[in-house]
Amino acid sequence: MMRSLRVLGLAWLLHVKMMSRSAFDGLMAVIWPLFYATVAFFMFRTGHGSSSLGPIGLAAAVMGIWTAVSVPASSALQRERWFGTLELLVVAPRNLGLILLPITLAASTIGLYCVAGTLIWARVLFGIHLTIIHPLFFALGLIATVLTIASLGFLMAVSFVGSRRAWAIGAALEYPIWLVCGFLVPVSLLPGWAHPISWALGPTWGMRTIREAAYGGAPLGPLLLTLALAGVYLGIGVVVLRIVLDSARKRATLSLA
Amino acid sequence: MPVIEAIDLRRTYQTTTGVIRRKRLDVEAVRGISFSVEKGELFGLLGPNGAGKTTTIKMLITLLLPTSGEARVLGHNVVDNPREVRKRIGYVFGGDRGLYERLSAYDNLRYFAELYGVSGSKQRRRIDEVLELVGLKGRENERVEGYSRGMRQRLHIARGILHDPEVVFLDEPTIGVDPVGARDLRQMIADLITVGKTVLLTTHYMFEADALCDRIAVIAKGEIVGQGTPAELKGNVAGGRVTEIEVFGVGEEILARIRALAGVTAVTVEEQDQKQLLIVRTTGERELTQPLLAELDGIEVGRVASREPTLEDAYVALVTAE
Repeated sequence: MMRSLRVLGLAWLLHVKMMSRSAFDGLMAVIWPLFYATVAFFMFRTGHGSSSLGPIGLAAAVMGIWTAVSVPASSALQRERWFGTLELLVVAPRNLGLILLPITLAASTIGLYCVAGTLIWARVLFGIHLTIIHPLFFALGLIATVLTIASLGFLMAVSFVGSRRAWAIGAALEYPIWLVCGFLVPVSLLPGWAHPISWALGPTWGMRTIREAAYGGAPLGPLLLTLALAGVYLGIGVVVLRIVLDSARKRATLSLA
Repeated sequence: MPVIEAIDLRRTYQTTTGVIRRKRLDVEAVRGISFSVEKGELFGLLGPNGAGKTTTIKMLITLLLPTSGEARVLGHNVVDNPREVRKRIGYVFGGDRGLYERLSAYDNLRYFAELYGVSGSKQRRRIDEVLELVGLKGRENERVEGYSRGMRQRLHIARGILHDPEVVFLDEPTIGVDPVGARDLRQMIADLITVGKTVLLTTHYMFEADALCDRIAVIAKGEIVGQGTPAELKGNVAGGRVTEIEVFGVGEEILARIRALAGVTAVTVEEQDQKQLLIVRTTGERELTQPLLAELDGIEVGRVASREPTLEDAYVALVTAE
């Protein structure tokens, strides 16, 4: 158990280090969330006045986390293949899931910057002052959201490994997740058939936890659901990964030939 | 008990051709090869590109499942017990890739030490040891993206032996490395044997196999076509002769006629700028210089030389034999 935690911890640290060392990625990580937040602020200020900008500030922050994860996570295995490290990871005497999870966790952690960046941006440029009623639950909500997005990213990473266009699938999922998880518009406004999809997605509950914590609602229920869904994604991801690896050894895919 | 054992190992790949009418093809990359490697031995798998060397090594290190046959490493079946095999082996391949460029060499090694189960208390000492061994001590805090090809390859070797494996698989470790760097790497590989490792090396450099290997299996088109010590393999062509003729514009038709001459065992052509070097291996029972020149009538001919066969000639004779 301790060894597994060590692997998780060190791998997370080194992947954060790698991701934070790319000047281009760093610049994009700074600019994109602010761009999204600005668009959202202008849209909602025009439509609803400045009273609704607080929740939109929070939504834009969580959108940033998802944006930071969706493409890197879906193409995580392909990136390892390009580096030529995938075979070395597969042949290591460790559960590959334990090696891959820190990659999406690191991307998600980088996304945490978006929360701080967006909230500062909102305050400086749009004068939005956010008062958080339950700071502890707010912090727990953020951590749970990072975890559930990382786990969802892990599931995407192992599910899309066979696709040469994995990164494009990740990019294509970026906006639909914003919409279906109720970041910008409430889930209740979506058509009925979309509700089960929203409920099955951890970021929906993560977003709700953060809002409830900020505005003094009941954040515990959504917090537990956010964490439970993170566990479900991990479980499914581990099973999918086992199937993918067995298939790769048989069919000589994953650059194993 | 052999440390590495391959028994009638086969691997078939499935591929498809065509866009509209897709047709499935079976490609036999490895066609029933058998060999064994004893403890402390440096065994070479030698063959041209596409011969099946890398596929063989990937089956032995558990990355690929054999289509049929059996393989064991340190007594563990590579299909049934991959985890036990993985704990005990090191794998090093040649080329630029396989490292995290944005991390330092030290961080790369720290990461793989964790993945390969080197305990926290031993990690620093072990990393220092392998850095010393591969001559990268003092450069470990630099990012890998600034490393030369030779330095990367040395780092690959350091990574491969970090967890002190009993068996090391080296897949063309000197490919693309400059001559001086390659010589240093060969010394490093030789040193692995002195510290008690068993090594399986794949290469298509004859001199490398000759200099390093205790025994060699020559592999061509997925089959082992010759096996033995370098001296035994050289013995296969002992008594033969090699005639080298510089020619300008020799065609397939003439080559076919030369191949058909009595006493000719192999014919190869090396392109050299404007000219070609025609290398004809013969049994040595007959003097064939005149018949060869007669077949080249009408073609511009330069230098003609005759020499004793080398191990490279033995290798070429094996891999070009029909």
